[in-house]
Amino acid sequence: MPSAPSSRPTPPRRAAIVGANRIPFARSNGAYARASNQDMLTAALDGLVARFGMAGEQVGEVVSGAVLKKSSDFNLTREAVLGSRLAASTPTYDVQQACGTSLQTTLLIANKIALGQIESGIAAGVDTTSDAPIEVNEGLRSVLLAANRAKSTAGVLKALAGLRPGQIVPEIPANREPRTGMSMGEHAAQTAAAWGITRQAQDEIAAASHQNLAKAYDRGFFDDLMTPYLGLTKDNNLRPDSTVEGLAKLKPVFKPAGYPDTEATMTAANSTPLTDGAATVLLASDEWAAERQLPVLAHFVDAETSAVDYVHGDEGLLMAPAYAVPRLLERNGLTLQDFDFYEFHEAFASTILATFAAWEDPIFCKEKLGYDEPLGSFDRSKLNVVGSSLATGHPFAATGARIVPTLAKLLHEKTDQEGSGTARGLISICAAGGQGVVAILEA
Amino acid sequence: MSNDWYSDFVNSSFGRTIAGQVGLPPVPRLRRWEPGQPLLSGPALLGTATPDGRVAKVVRSLLTDLGIEVHDDPHAPVGGGSSTSKVAAGIVDATGLSSPADLAEIQGFLTPVMRRIGPSGRILVIGDVPAEATSPAVRAARRALEGLVRSAGKEARYGATVNLVHVAAGAENDIESTLRFFLSSRSAFVHGQRLDVGTVPGFAGSSQGVDWDRPLAGRTAVVTGAARGIGATVAKTLRRDGATVICVDVPSAGDALARTANDVGGSALQLDITADHAPATLLDHAARHGGLDVVVHNAGITRDKLLANQDRDRWNSVIDVNLNAQLTINDALLGSDVFHRGGRIVTVSSMAGIAGNRGQTAYGASKAGVIGMVEATAPLLVEKDATINAVAPGFIETAMTAAMPVGTREAGRRLSSMAQGGLPVDVAETIAWFAQAASYAVNGQVLRVDGQNYLGA
Repeated sequence: MPSAPSSRPTPPRRAAIVGANRIPFARSNGAYARASNQDMLTAALDGLVARFGMAGEQVGEVVSGAVLKKSSDFNLTREAVLGSRLAASTPTYDVQQACGTSLQTTLLIANKIALGQIESGIAAGVDTTSDAPIEVNEGLRSVLLAANRAKSTAGVLKALAGLRPGQIVPEIPANREPRTGMSMGEHAAQTAAAWGITRQAQDEIAAASHQNLAKAYDRGFFDDLMTPYLGLTKDNNLRPDSTVEGLAKLKPVFKPAGYPDTEATMTAANSTPLTDGAATVLLASDEWAAERQLPVLAHFVDAETSAVDYVHGDEGLLMAPAYAVPRLLERNGLTLQDFDFYEFHEAFASTILATFAAWEDPIFCKEKLGYDEPLGSFDRSKLNVVGSSLATGHPFAATGARIVPTLAKLLHEKTDQEGSGTARGLISICAAGGQGVVAILEA
Repeated sequence: MSNDWYSDFVNSSFGRTIAGQVGLPPVPRLRRWEPGQPLLSGPALLGTATPDGRVAKVVRSLLTDLGIEVHDDPHAPVGGGSSTSKVAAGIVDATGLSSPADLAEIQGFLTPVMRRIGPSGRILVIGDVPAEATSPAVRAARRALEGLVRSAGKEARYGATVNLVHVAAGAENDIESTLRFFLSSRSAFVHGQRLDVGTVPGFAGSSQGVDWDRPLAGRTAVVTGAARGIGATVAKTLRRDGATVICVDVPSAGDALARTANDVGGSALQLDITADHAPATLLDHAARHGGLDVVVHNAGITRDKLLANQDRDRWNSVIDVNLNAQLTINDALLGSDVFHRGGRIVTVSSMAGIAGNRGQTAYGASKAGVIGMVEATAPLLVEKDATINAVAPGFIETAMTAAMPVGTREAGRRLSSMAQGGLPVDVAETIAWFAQAASYAVNGQVLRVDGQNYLGA
């Protein structure tokens, strides 16, 4: 592993998380089956604009992205902004880092604010698995491109004569790693088996996620974080009455290759479903927020991105955060136990459990991280206290922008209730391609 | 907006012919306000009942300052025409009556006015407050005006309105915003009504330097129930008049709320007004805008059931949203500096709260309760130079009324002196007028916006 810098230079200033808006997340081919990425992102932006009275205003930058993106959506964020109530003079760009996308866009906006390059910005992410791009297959593409290159009618006909029936079948995007051919679930199942993660432990995480999300809705936690869309007022993946006993009845859906059936522990309930949705976060300098008398929920402290070699079997596909978090802690002089809230993206219940197991394991911490002592465990009652991806669903690129304001609001509530002091939270998101993005917020 | 086929028909050229031949009642097209429109579209006749009248000179100076042609003689030729040419307004200063015998002077003035008043014209009778009189003869004369006005309202045609304003003793120089409202097309659907000015003592304010095209410029307003319907129109109307608008509605209506807020360049606050934290959240949000000048309690629900079939939960939800939430928020406003000196609270009552409505015991109770709240809150607000008033809409054309059965809808529309439903903007105009700083002397009032509906009249 690359050695971590033991400290970092003090940044010029910290970006503030002012507020957020997302649309409720919808299970694939459900409420948002006919909504495009651009539709959803525009709606989420417009809700944010309304919440903060910014109609016609220009913000420093809007940065967003989608994982499943049509080639015609190359300027997705710009098109969404042009269709929104923000000033058309608001600049944008697109970013894609799989499930880490909108935590990374938050980091990008926060960094520019910290450096004084912009005063305000909106980080966002959107994904649809319903209105997914469909490509022609490689064979048909070669034929069509050859025909396009031909200089004569005869040449075009000759190229088209190369068409074969099998080439008509389109390529539909699949949740599959290109370099291993394995689905993400199969990768996660391998990791779960390697770390001995039990079915019971996974179902406990899943049930808690649903129960916590339901309670958060009941207390109006999302009233200033969400705007209804297309008739949906809550995430429709939420099953408030989920229990460990109920979830135990489900059949496993992912099994690691070469393992016995008894090792099949991952079900539709302890794995995130395919989901559609969009989320946005408004960040700003403290000065910008103060001028408008807007609240500051929390500050963006620091972040770290990591990647692991899952291709050659060196590490599990979704284990990159296990490396990013220790580096981030070290750089900020913190331990794993120094947080009031832990927001871990529940790609699969087994993923976060494997990560926790790794941090408690002296061998992993010694051999992979180079530490004499393991990072240890932390108080699980502080984990995903208002639910996470297993309950909300997980529109890939939107998840970071769901989690950032969720944590910021939790921290704000805590300092508000206590009247003083600081509160600190940790965010961890694993991403396809063996990557991970983690961050610290403080209020 | 209109799905009023009958009105569209009798206002078409073919429909007019048929209607004339078979005697179908006409449905006048009402003139409505837009920025820049003159106060009156033509000359005015200004009568006085007695030499002791105290408001005629105030009215005359307002009209002549605006360049409006004013005549004292109801038979005067106007606008270069004849003694029967149409006029835009007939105004009577009916203050100073000493006995019912003085009413004859008013009849003598209004009889030609009724013949001469033009389409969407304005007949305004301005009298003393009956309760201020101790003499039976004087009080009888003052009270008689109301019967005169309400009956004349039922005779007026072509969208002309007839209304009565009582001016408290000493308040005659505090009526400019009221005069402007009743004379302008902002009061298009206010007909056959009475309003008292200056009756809550201790008021303070001024109408100096008001931009009458943007009378709410620089003021911040909250509108509850702003996602759609009348509330959304109120938000737009307040914005048109210059206010910054905070739009509030329940979280489940958040998408429509965001559209309204963005349309008016305001902010959206998703809030259940019955929640314990609602007043604090509202004031917190308002602090972003530097405080509040206007609060419009428009949010309301119906849970209609015959009383014989009503249950406790439905009953309570109506009382909570329509009444308790307003009381709680008003208490918070009174105790907070976020609600500025000179603030305005405007609430929405209903015809059902005045006349009652079958199936609406809970709604009717809540909307009658609103009137009690207004009456009791008005004097409490005086120390903040603030006011509270209510608008009581009659049949207003909204998505809700469009979904009514045809028979009920037609009855609702036609059983009024104007033979039509009002538009949401008619309610909004009245609210916007109450909200003006210049309406400082209008306090504790309930004004029906119903085209003189026959229910509870």
